[in-house]
Amino acid sequence: MDMNRRQFFKVCGVGLGASSLAALGMAPPPAYAESIRHFKLAHTRETRNTCPYCSVGCGLILYSQGSGGKNVSQEIIHIEGDSDHPVNRGTLCPKGAGLLDFVHSPHRLTQPEVREPGSDTWTPISWDDALDRIARLMKDDRDANFIERNEQGQTVNRWLSTGFLAASASSNESGYITHKVVRALGMLGFDNQARV
Amino acid sequence: MATQDLIARSATTTQPPSVRDTMEVAKLIDTSKCIGCKACQVACSEWNDLRDEVGENHGIYDNPMDLTAESWTLMRFAEYENPDSGNLEWLIRKDGCMHCAEPGCLKACPSPGAIVKYANGIVDFNQDHCIGCGYCITGCPFNIPRLSAKDKKAYKCTLCSDRVAVGLEPACVKTCPTGAIVFGSKDDMRNHAAGRIADLKERGFEQAGLYDPAGVGGTHVMYVLHHADQPQLYSGLAQDPTISPLVSLWKGVTKPLALLAMGAAVLGGFFHYVGIGPNRVEEDYDPEAGDPLPPSGEPVVHQVDPGVHQVDPRDPRSGGTPR
Repeated sequence: MDMNRRQFFKVCGVGLGASSLAALGMAPPPAYAESIRHFKLAHTRETRNTCPYCSVGCGLILYSQGSGGKNVSQEIIHIEGDSDHPVNRGTLCPKGAGLLDFVHSPHRLTQPEVREPGSDTWTPISWDDALDRIARLMKDDRDANFIERNEQGQTVNRWLSTGFLAASASSNESGYITHKVVRALGMLGFDNQARV
Repeated sequence: MATQDLIARSATTTQPPSVRDTMEVAKLIDTSKCIGCKACQVACSEWNDLRDEVGENHGIYDNPMDLTAESWTLMRFAEYENPDSGNLEWLIRKDGCMHCAEPGCLKACPSPGAIVKYANGIVDFNQDHCIGCGYCITGCPFNIPRLSAKDKKAYKCTLCSDRVAVGLEPACVKTCPTGAIVFGSKDDMRNHAAGRIADLKERGFEQAGLYDPAGVGGTHVMYVLHHADQPQLYSGLAQDPTISPLVSLWKGVTKPLALLAMGAAVLGGFFHYVGIGPNRVEEDYDPEAGDPLPPSGEPVVHQVDPGVHQVDPRDPRSGGTPR
């Protein structure tokens, strides 16, 4: 900084004057917020849901940012237990308590994917293609391997070469329907976390 | 939370507003019910938007290994072989700020308003005012606050002051699946603890008791311990925590003495100036001038030392960098 003697004295004088005024109580009042922390869920939208992890089926409340107006894209910003839910009454285990990161995980599966026989990579596939493909493969396998009668000639209607896993996040009703469909096909290898 | 509810403020001497009578809150942690699931740790991270670094496994259950600026609560796991019963006891303690009635951190803090105490008992850090000196760590009898390497500010459990202010319970309390952490008024928590202690005594834990140490005026986070006579079994919980004498030495004795010394220095300087006057530098004896000694009082011609190469930045010939 270039400053001659006169300017230096001016700066010193102004600084001294200003700090003296401030010390005498003429400083503007500090504009600090009344509260240190603001409650972050004040106007979030609350949506009830069920924890997708295990069969206990804890009730959740998902809090999302935004009023829900036409121009707003809702985003979940917080998840915690539903205090009114009879199963968990607000509590959550460490997995359930960390659900927000599950929702926003970069590794979350958001579309159907297929890994062809012999391939080591998963490739995205549309829902239509996926469902057609599953139906086709199931039909072919069932036609080839369906067991109608055992050695004693008794009717058994078994299909042992294909198994079925269903979601833990299914409701009681969708679990019931899944069970009906799978058993109607004669499939025995079946697990469905239908207790939720 | 209105400022009326602040009943103590660091490095502030003005009387805090203290007319309103607010209920004191407390969190009670029942070590006999805790299963060490760490839901409280996760809920704390989620509520406070903290994501600590993913660390390494050190062969024990403690994860992370210590409290950090981004892990405000931590399960500490201790294995204790009880010599009386021969049992191996797994003593799990949720560590974190105890929210002392007489907080050592607040006493030690030199920055006005960086540490405050609410009328409901919560001790909170305001990072806006934190200068990162770390005195709160020295002042804390429980070794809780941690300085962040990112912003050089101190952080610790807030007892979810933002939730409590709007009538909710802290996040860790809400999530606890076994009900080992409970929350309410301090009186209610004492009653709850009394019931738990009676139960534990019935089941053979003769020394079961409440941890609400008087050395810091009581705490707003209390423990039910099976071995209340030996709190150090629970990963070194202080037997009789008190604020370090360094804090009262520094703030109580050293500070006024230092202020006195500063005042004395200024006053001494003033009297020295008035009595003796400023120290005037006489020009040195110059042999080149041929004069044995310059006559005093006579103005001396200012001579440039030829060894000093003068650079004038505005003169291109002098070798200065053109601007």
